[in-house]
Amino acid sequence: MAGQSDSTMSLFSSEEIEFMAEDEMVEIVPNLRMDSLNFICGDYGPFYPQLAAQVPIWLALALKKRGKCTIRLPQWMSIENLTQVLEAERDSHAFQPLPFHYVEISRLLFDLAREDIPDMYMVRSLIEDIRDVRFHKVETNLEKFTASTVTWKNMSAMEVNVIRAFAGRALQAFYKHDNEQQTPDTDRTLDKQPQIPTDRPKRNLKPR
Amino acid sequence: MATEESASVMDDYETLISTTDVELLKRAWRNEKAAPEILQFESSLVQRIKEQIELAEQNVEISEANNIDPLTVSLYQMDLDRTQFLLRSYLRVRLQKIEKYLFYVLKTDEYLNRLSKQEQMFARRCTDDLGSHLDETVLAKLPDNYQSILKQSITSEEDDMVPVPRLDTFVICKAKQYLSGLDFEPEYSMEITEMERDLLTFVCYKFIKKPLENGKIDLV
Repeated sequence: MAGQSDSTMSLFSSEEIEFMAEDEMVEIVPNLRMDSLNFICGDYGPFYPQLAAQVPIWLALALKKRGKCTIRLPQWMSIENLTQVLEAERDSHAFQPLPFHYVEISRLLFDLAREDIPDMYMVRSLIEDIRDVRFHKVETNLEKFTASTVTWKNMSAMEVNVIRAFAGRALQAFYKHDNEQQTPDTDRTLDKQPQIPTDRPKRNLKPR
Repeated sequence: MATEESASVMDDYETLISTTDVELLKRAWRNEKAAPEILQFESSLVQRIKEQIELAEQNVEISEANNIDPLTVSLYQMDLDRTQFLLRSYLRVRLQKIEKYLFYVLKTDEYLNRLSKQEQMFARRCTDDLGSHLDETVLAKLPDNYQSILKQSITSEEDDMVPVPRLDTFVICKAKQYLSGLDFEPEYSMEITEMERDLLTFVCYKFIKKPLENGKIDLV
């Protein structure tokens, strides 16, 4: 179960992000008969042996731990797809589309459902490579940004969380100094003052 | 391409499951955690979730008493635990914020009205306790001009000892739909003109306050 992050309120702990990732859906093949489960978070089942069913990851892993199902590898985790993604990731500045929680989902499956993953080592090293390439991109992007709004297409939860604190503070500083230049009289400690709209050029949101 | 197709299927699916209260609570929890100021208390949602938790608790108890398959019972228990965690965490984040901006929340009607009855009670009791504690330990021993909890000295024009939520904090958000200039405060029309759907955006919180309150944007 996830712990509560306390040091900085706006940050999510990695446990909390994992908690969110556990709600993503996967396909399982149960080996038992079980009635529908009417949970607070939704209804799942009924389950029949050898008939595939869609369930959230936490449920899949709970059943898996008790030997009651096998988990089907999500399509995006196939070797073909990952190889393609890795190539595209290396060739382009943009982030390739992957599930928002791809880091957490793959780690959960590696940790708890390894026998359901054919070519586990291959899949794992592909995902690690993709992760490295993407984190490298994140870092290079950090060196470049200057605008008051920055957008990223297809960035994943962990990646966002890693740069959140740093990038947030940096952008806030940019913004503050930007506005100071236009209103030099502003007392520097009073940054809560309403900012006067200025004749700065419009900044459209463009994917970087 | 296959990925596009599956993406649109996923979208439909997402709108379908987003109707559960747990999904709504998760959204409220994420927004509350990420926003620099305290948001409107989701009273009816919390009420509904509490009822569902109670129901699920009774269910688990009855099932245990009736020797229902222990696997099923443990799964229900897990679902219950997850929901309870979300609710507790949501309430706790709000309490942390109230403590942090205590005096500001109490003297600003807009904020005070966002709290639940219990939270308002908590805020008042906290202020009383903190106030008398500071009085006894420090303020009463200072010269007359420096005894205010809210001001550095009586010459201060504003309450300059009160922490104020920083609305110029940068947050990461995602629009649920395409947003045009009309969705944002006209005040910030220079800074922000539009927002693409589902595109992660780093943005100054106050620019997106309005669409966030209208439920058109989620904080991530």
